[in-house]
Amino acid sequence: MATYTASQNTELDREEVYRYSRHLIMPEVGMEGQLKLKQAKVLCVGAGGLGSPLALYLAAAGVGTLGIVDFDVVDFTNLQRQIIHGTKDVGRSKLQSARDAILNINPNVEVVPFETRLTSENALQIIREFDIVADGTDNFATRYLVNDACVLSKKPNVYGSIFRFEGQASVFYAEEGACYRCLYPEPPPPGLVPSCAEGGVIGVLPGIVGCIQAVETVKLILGKGQPLISRLLLFDALGMKFRELKLRKNPDCPVCGLHPTITQLIDYDEFCGVRGEESEIQQTVPEITVSGLKQKMDHQESFVLVDVREPHEFDICRIPGSKLIPLSEFTRRMNELNSSDEILIHCLSGMRSAQATDLLRKAGFRKVYNVRGGIRAWASEVDPDMPMY
Amino acid sequence: MEVKIIIPTPLRQYTEKRDAVQLRAATVGEALQGLTGLYGGLRKHLYNDEGKLRSFVNVYLNDEDIRYLQKDQTPVKENDVISIVPSIAGGAGRLCICS
Repeated sequence: MATYTASQNTELDREEVYRYSRHLIMPEVGMEGQLKLKQAKVLCVGAGGLGSPLALYLAAAGVGTLGIVDFDVVDFTNLQRQIIHGTKDVGRSKLQSARDAILNINPNVEVVPFETRLTSENALQIIREFDIVADGTDNFATRYLVNDACVLSKKPNVYGSIFRFEGQASVFYAEEGACYRCLYPEPPPPGLVPSCAEGGVIGVLPGIVGCIQAVETVKLILGKGQPLISRLLLFDALGMKFRELKLRKNPDCPVCGLHPTITQLIDYDEFCGVRGEESEIQQTVPEITVSGLKQKMDHQESFVLVDVREPHEFDICRIPGSKLIPLSEFTRRMNELNSSDEILIHCLSGMRSAQATDLLRKAGFRKVYNVRGGIRAWASEVDPDMPMY
Repeated sequence: MEVKIIIPTPLRQYTEKRDAVQLRAATVGEALQGLTGLYGGLRKHLYNDEGKLRSFVNVYLNDEDIRYLQKDQTPVKENDVISIVPSIAGGAGRLCICS
């Protein structure tokens, strides 16, 4: 675990005065505010889409200590939105890459790296050292963990979340208003979480939402303005609309209510039902491997290969000879298939195709198999030249 | 009363990609019933097997949570806006959503 010592942050040197001059000349910041920024310790959970602009702007603004929690490695698919990392950083640890970018912007910042997953075991200890937590994570389990740890530690949680063209931001601060659980007492069950067909995010969106988190963090440090406490900001990039909803502190909230039942951190994977990688359907439908599929092709066996991804995914890459019937149209178009044929079904990773396989078997088809691992497995095991996403 | 229901991105796959639906109703519950009547695929995402709104689905009338009004009995006025607010977990743009 990283340790650090706070430096004497009671004055600015000549170079810092010049660097922060556009802050210093504003009455809302001034010397007093700039010193508050210098003394502030902010923890960014995640150095990804939201964490990128957040950490870069906080560093530029002169936040003295930036903790970053991430255990990931920079990947080419990150670069479309995670602007703290560059092409030369692919393959490097996100922490190292983020640290270099931050110090390049502002060498006065002390970066405190935590190369780990935030867990129920380490969260309270990590958060304890910081004044404010900014949540830039990407899954429900960590969202609830960050929330509960902030409530128990009495720290504000500057929240941002994104999906496709839509974003949300708020400041969850149980000492003064609602927490994340007041809004969402529990996560949706995994069965109602859509598959990868519904994924994706427009690259600029985390830039906008991460910047909202950055400005809220700076306002909290300065003690200026009206923070997003007990307000949920909704942003729709397609319609270019901001809307605001009122949040209320729920007296029955299990963590910040009048009679809390959660008084220490729990098992968040279990709470969010994410134990086990494969769905029930995936475990029960009959399967074939990609090498099995390749063998059938090489032996010119007779079978029908069905791809149940969406047309825009089919445009990126496809297995030769496959017939496209998107899962969203599957029930309606099932009659295009013949139950006397052997049918092999695939998608990107095997989840959607498991559902399609199940639908066909329930409709009386017997010779139908799910291609395990989908086109991703095909690209990694059979055709390494295939473009992948 | 004619009201507008704003459909969040994750649920637009069930509403023929529409981002808002206008319909006539007297209460929030009636409006949502009208919506699921038009788009049957939405029902299991909004209601549980007992026909109650799911606990992770937040419904707002204008800027107020209906849990703090009269829940699905909350009366609506002409041109009110009902929002279904999904919990989205995304930050890195992987699989992220719900409701």
